[in-house]
Amino acid sequence: MATPTTPLWEVFIRSRNGLAHKHCGSLHACDATMALQAARDIFTRRGEGLSIWVVPSNAITASDPSEKGMMFEPAESKIYRHPTFYEIPEEVGHM
Amino acid sequence: MAAPSIKVSETPLVLYLLRRADDALILGHRLSEWCGHAPMLEEDMALANIGLDLLGQARELYTYAARVEGKGNDEDKLAYLRDVRQYRNLLLVEQPNGDFAHTMVRQFFYSVFADLYWRAMMKSSDATLAAIAARSEKESAYHVRHSSEWMLRLGDGTAQSHARAQTAIEDLWAFTGEMFALDQAERALVDAGIAIDPAAIRPQWLMTISNIIGQATLARAKGDWMQQGGRIGHHSEHLGHLLSELQSLQRTFPGARW
Repeated sequence: MATPTTPLWEVFIRSRNGLAHKHCGSLHACDATMALQAARDIFTRRGEGLSIWVVPSNAITASDPSEKGMMFEPAESKIYRHPTFYEIPEEVGHM
Repeated sequence: MAAPSIKVSETPLVLYLLRRADDALILGHRLSEWCGHAPMLEEDMALANIGLDLLGQARELYTYAARVEGKGNDEDKLAYLRDVRQYRNLLLVEQPNGDFAHTMVRQFFYSVFADLYWRAMMKSSDATLAAIAARSEKESAYHVRHSSEWMLRLGDGTAQSHARAQTAIEDLWAFTGEMFALDQAERALVDAGIAIDPAAIRPQWLMTISNIIGQATLARAKGDWMQQGGRIGHHSEHLGHLLSELQSLQRTFPGARW
């Protein structure tokens, strides 16, 4: 339950060394320390992580869903931006 | 139809293991009672996690106790088929959950003790106990952190949370002495290097809890009188009720599996 004393936090987990922290969910906690503990208990119980970040949800600036057309649709028609026109030498392997 | 209680040959080592296993099982069960009832979902998960850690410790200790006893008992029989007078846990861990402050103060008192205890037991001359200690210590270290952070927030939170935490400290203080007691049966194990003398970790326990209680703007309870009896099966009225719930299925349908 959201209350003024337990604001919302976004949780990011890094599952292995070398990988990026990935958003995995959110939770309520009274402060950053408690948010980190709750994240450990909720999101890493099955050995999912080696590192946790918690960020106050209100610190995140998000794009407006109603501006989806302006923001993202123009990119859909620009297939020349995908590097699919190059022949990749065998030795390079998976990119 | 109810399954009768088993007999346990309590040699000093079996008794010693049962006492620690019972501590973990009973406190773990108490925490499981919060499942679905905690003040917030996040804490519901945290308490259940700690309860499961303790249940895991209890299982290892019961399994080892049954092996040492060598009379065909196993972890389930030891947990489900002993009567209240056969239970050897500390009175502290069987105390009812009360409000959240009581649960957290109980957890704090026990976890700070358990962490120091397991850390010292990693040097036990008994290899199995030393291995159980090494695993348990990592878990109890987190239990200390979790309960300490809550102590700070309850004590230094609102007037209501402060008052409740202070009441819980007063109510539970008399049950803390039992953690550091040593009887004749355990003395021989200490001499053999299998067990530790818990009196040796009391100064550190007192320092740690005094430090957190002070930071939390709370005060330690003043009384020195300590209640004992759990280690020899003299329990408060609460344990029988707890066991009737914990054991009801195996008592009614002996050997039930699913």
